[in-house]
Amino acid sequence: MTAPPVLEVKNLNTSFLLPIGEVRALRDISFDVRRGEILGLVGESGSGKSITGFSINGLLSPPGQVMSGSIRLHGQEITGLTPAAMRQLRGAKIAMVFQDPMMTLNPVLKISLQMGDALRAHARLSEREARARSIAALEEVGIPAPEERLDAFPHQLSGGMRQRVAVAIALLHEPDLVIMDEPTTALDVTIQGQILALVQRLCRERGTALIWITHDLAVVAGIADRILVMYAGRIVEDGTIDELLDTPAHPYTRGLIDSVPTREQRGSRLRQIPGRMPALTDIPEGCTFRPRCSFATDACAAPQEMRSLGTRLVRCCHPLTEVSA
Amino acid sequence: MTEFIVKRLLQALLVLAVMTVLVFFGVNVIGNPVYIFASSECDQPCLDAIIKDLGLDRPIWEQYWVFIGNLLQGDLGNSFTHGVPAMSLIWQRLPATLELAFCALVIALTVGLPLGVAAGLRPTHWTSRVIMGFSMIAFSVPIFWIGLIMIIVFSVSLGWMPAVGRGDTVDILGVDLSLFTLDGLHHLAMPAFTLSLIMMAMVIRLTRAGMREVLFSDYIKFARANGIRERRILTLHVMRNILIPIVTVLGMEFGGVIAFAVVVESIFSWPGVGKMLIDAIAVLDRPLIVAYLIFVVIMFVTLNLITDIIYSLLDPRVRLGGNSS
Repeated sequence: MTAPPVLEVKNLNTSFLLPIGEVRALRDISFDVRRGEILGLVGESGSGKSITGFSINGLLSPPGQVMSGSIRLHGQEITGLTPAAMRQLRGAKIAMVFQDPMMTLNPVLKISLQMGDALRAHARLSEREARARSIAALEEVGIPAPEERLDAFPHQLSGGMRQRVAVAIALLHEPDLVIMDEPTTALDVTIQGQILALVQRLCRERGTALIWITHDLAVVAGIADRILVMYAGRIVEDGTIDELLDTPAHPYTRGLIDSVPTREQRGSRLRQIPGRMPALTDIPEGCTFRPRCSFATDACAAPQEMRSLGTRLVRCCHPLTEVSA
Repeated sequence: MTEFIVKRLLQALLVLAVMTVLVFFGVNVIGNPVYIFASSECDQPCLDAIIKDLGLDRPIWEQYWVFIGNLLQGDLGNSFTHGVPAMSLIWQRLPATLELAFCALVIALTVGLPLGVAAGLRPTHWTSRVIMGFSMIAFSVPIFWIGLIMIIVFSVSLGWMPAVGRGDTVDILGVDLSLFTLDGLHHLAMPAFTLSLIMMAMVIRLTRAGMREVLFSDYIKFARANGIRERRILTLHVMRNILIPIVTVLGMEFGGVIAFAVVVESIFSWPGVGKMLIDAIAVLDRPLIVAYLIFVVIMFVTLNLITDIIYSLLDPRVRLGGNSS
């Protein structure tokens, strides 16, 4: 436990500087990821999950910008690094996989070239060495006949195969941290399960820290050690998988759990969270979830700070764990 | 592939057949060449003799029949004015035009691509506005005007550039070319630049539009997330995608450039086929006009075929002939 966490994010604020003014996409995001840990980052579309990922690997597209806060990789600050230094980290130390496997691979370049380029971004390799390593990497993610697949174009592979290739590319340099941005959302459930198991196995074997971004609590429930729940650019709850799923403290987390269809509720009406997430330009004062919260009181109008409840953190003035107790 | 090419050739024959009808009868509608050839002292018997000599006394459908018969034997008739086979005149003049058009294409790409990339990378920067303004002007100002202004400025006022002719030529494989002598290049510069302007404007616009689209695609983000160098991403990963529409448009445009080099060749007295066509029209040299137009049709069909083939090489998703392998 003496080694610093792989990733420490502290008070990260990211904004979009638009002509209409500054739109704050992330507010005071703080979390750590340790070696071998799998962190689930859960929230609705627009809650800032992907922005968090891009803030970490320095690929926010303008006008997005990290305004303040600290991001440390193995204790080393990376927010002020030059673009060239960030490039050295990307792929080598921090890797990222995207949602749509149809779109993550370049449609007009062969797999071999895309893997070769990713390899040579951080290593000097001959053509033959690059090919050998690519084949080994494809084998590892369970792609049959990797030598043939290597000479294929992306459109000749199925969605699941493509995502395996993307995972293989992301893990080429055995990065310390992998950010998976909804990598299974666009896939069939059976394929989704395979990819989940694959990524979990590879990260466990290598001690890779993993951030799994998803809007689907059910997806991360099976693999994550810890879960962060994001809402409108803020973390509203942070806890281990068991405590968070068994006894959610934030009403929003409760709502997310209830929104997952289960066998027990069969026939009964699926519970849902009323209303929708506010636009980032129109964040309510005080607790951001207040307008949709059935537990809201006058106290919720005050700004909410992260509160510590035993081993977890929650941004709510009357957490459910206290109400029920 | 073979099936595709055969189909294409059959289509081309059909186009050609329709074309001969239109061209042959169309040319017969405008003016009577006999009055141009006959001297003022030529009386009616003399005129009749000329008409009979040229075969113009026979009914037009019979003339057409003779024309088609000769065409099938590869004979497009003799030029009225030069008295030699029309095709031999075209072959003799064609290298000059091809040389001009080829240089224009090279200029359009070497200048247009980098400018388009620059404009696409920083779309709001003032340089981008200057580039787009330039492309707008190049696109909309008539090229004969630009050609004349260049002659006035660089040839007449400054005396830097020759205004007419091809300059020194060297014989390369039996073809006279200006491209390989200093004097020839000197003569070639202004007409080639003038002819390149429209293509250049098009390349700039297509490149910029492509950049704006491709730069924000997931696969480019993924390439960056893997730490691939920006230069490599631009020159290969982005460029390969952008080239697809550019090749398509330029392939079609290039035929037009050769066919309509007429204007530039007239202004700079460039002895190419365009200049020859203008001269032929002035004296109603029917066989030469018809031969040229048929030649242009064949050239267009061939260029389109070549474009399709290059296109399929650039974009692996396109398989000529419809059925994928």
